Amino acid sequence: MVFGQLSEIINASELALLAINNTNELNKILFELYPILEEMKFTIAVNKKIIHENTPLNHKDIVALLPPFSGG
Amino acid sequence: MSFTQNNDRYHRQIILKEFGETSQQKLLNAKVLVIGAGGLGCPALLYLTAAGVGTIGIIDFDVVTITNLHRQILFSENDIGKQKAATAAIKLAQINPEIQIRVYNFQLTNKNAIELLANYDLVIDGTDNFATRYLINDACVILNKPLVYGSVLRFEGQVGVFNLMDNETQIKTNYRDLFPEPPNPLNALSCNEAGVIGVLPGIIGTMQATEAIKIITGVGKTLCNKIISYNALQNLFYDFEITPVLNPIEKFPQNEMEFLNFNYEWFCSLKANVSVISIIEFEELRIKEKITIIDVRERNELPLVNEFDFISIPLNDLPNLLASIPTDNKIIFFCKSGNRSLKAVKLFNEKYPQLLAYSLSGGINAWQQFNNKTSLK
Repeated sequence: MVFGQLSEIINASELALLAINNTNELNKILFELYPILEEMKFTIAVNKKIIHENTPLNHKDIVALLPPFSGG
Repeated sequence: MSFTQNNDRYHRQIILKEFGETSQQKLLNAKVLVIGAGGLGCPALLYLTAAGVGTIGIIDFDVVTITNLHRQILFSENDIGKQKAATAAIKLAQINPEIQIRVYNFQLTNKNAIELLANYDLVIDGTDNFATRYLINDACVILNKPLVYGSVLRFEGQVGVFNLMDNETQIKTNYRDLFPEPPNPLNALSCNEAGVIGVLPGIIGTMQATEAIKIITGVGKTLCNKIISYNALQNLFYDFEITPVLNPIEKFPQNEMEFLNFNYEWFCSLKANVSVISIIEFEELRIKEKITIIDVRERNELPLVNEFDFISIPLNDLPNLLASIPTDNKIIFFCKSGNRSLKAVKLFNEKYPQLLAYSLSGGINAWQQFNNKTSLK
């Protein structure tokens, strides 16, 4: 699942990818598919838990990419 | 402060069995600081006032403009040009004259934040830029104050509670655990540029008030160590559990001294990798050299600037008008808070890589604040 500006880059709010072992691998694939993503800051959550290190992914895990925004 | 039992004002919430007189008394004893009386601040202030929070501080240095009115619901058309904080206080006093409202018509900076926040039990962040958000977060961490965070853009909002200990897990997280580094300002969008649907800050700001009331009274489960993302178009609420960053890459202030020496505007513009000029450097340059100053704000934006000559080219028009900019002198771009001017420098240098162009750090807000301070001396 992708949020905010990121969904514009991916042109969808959801994306299904198969056979990805961990979040580093996911990032690599996403950056290849959408090079602009690499310049963006976002936080990654695996099954609703925010992660800060490379995290293993299993089949049907839900990964969310949450960008910061600052409007008020 | 105490309320009388025959005070009917709070009757409908006092009769809630989870709430009762005890919670009402806690609200009346509480001191809440709302930072920013804008889209988020207005609804939060309205409900905290109505609910009977005993002391409410409002800090905002800005004035009301017509583009605020679709979402900043405390203000009317005849408030345009007036100070937001003072105007909000007048309206709120009409709703509930029994509480104390304190007004701060100035900008929150790392020089005044610690002293100000120390007077309050809880802080609500309703600001509109990353530099102030990191500043508020760090001040709350140093002072150990709970912080209710809210943020909006277009049709999406975020709300969360920082710096509040979860008694079960003994975990306490903050904004830097959610977003350790600010985004590159060249990629980050503000409501000025990207827009926001008016009701959205109404929803998020009201949720911030709800969290504040729950934290103060201890009623219910708070968003401690959590953030909710709300998408108004998809009707989607999604919640995240925040976990602490164990090895922070970015060093951030751990005590008051480090906080006073931390340059938040610089921290948030660093990633842009464009030339920035400080207010003092700008003032010196204005005296010493012939420079070309360009305002990239929209044409209706306040404050008006009469103190120096400039060319007005809103950021959206800049790509088409780059060729019209005279290039004999150094170019200084400015906007309201120094973000759009970074983008302007980037655009300018893409066309003229060899020419010197700078973004005014902190924008016209910081410039005005600097000059008000020096004229008072």
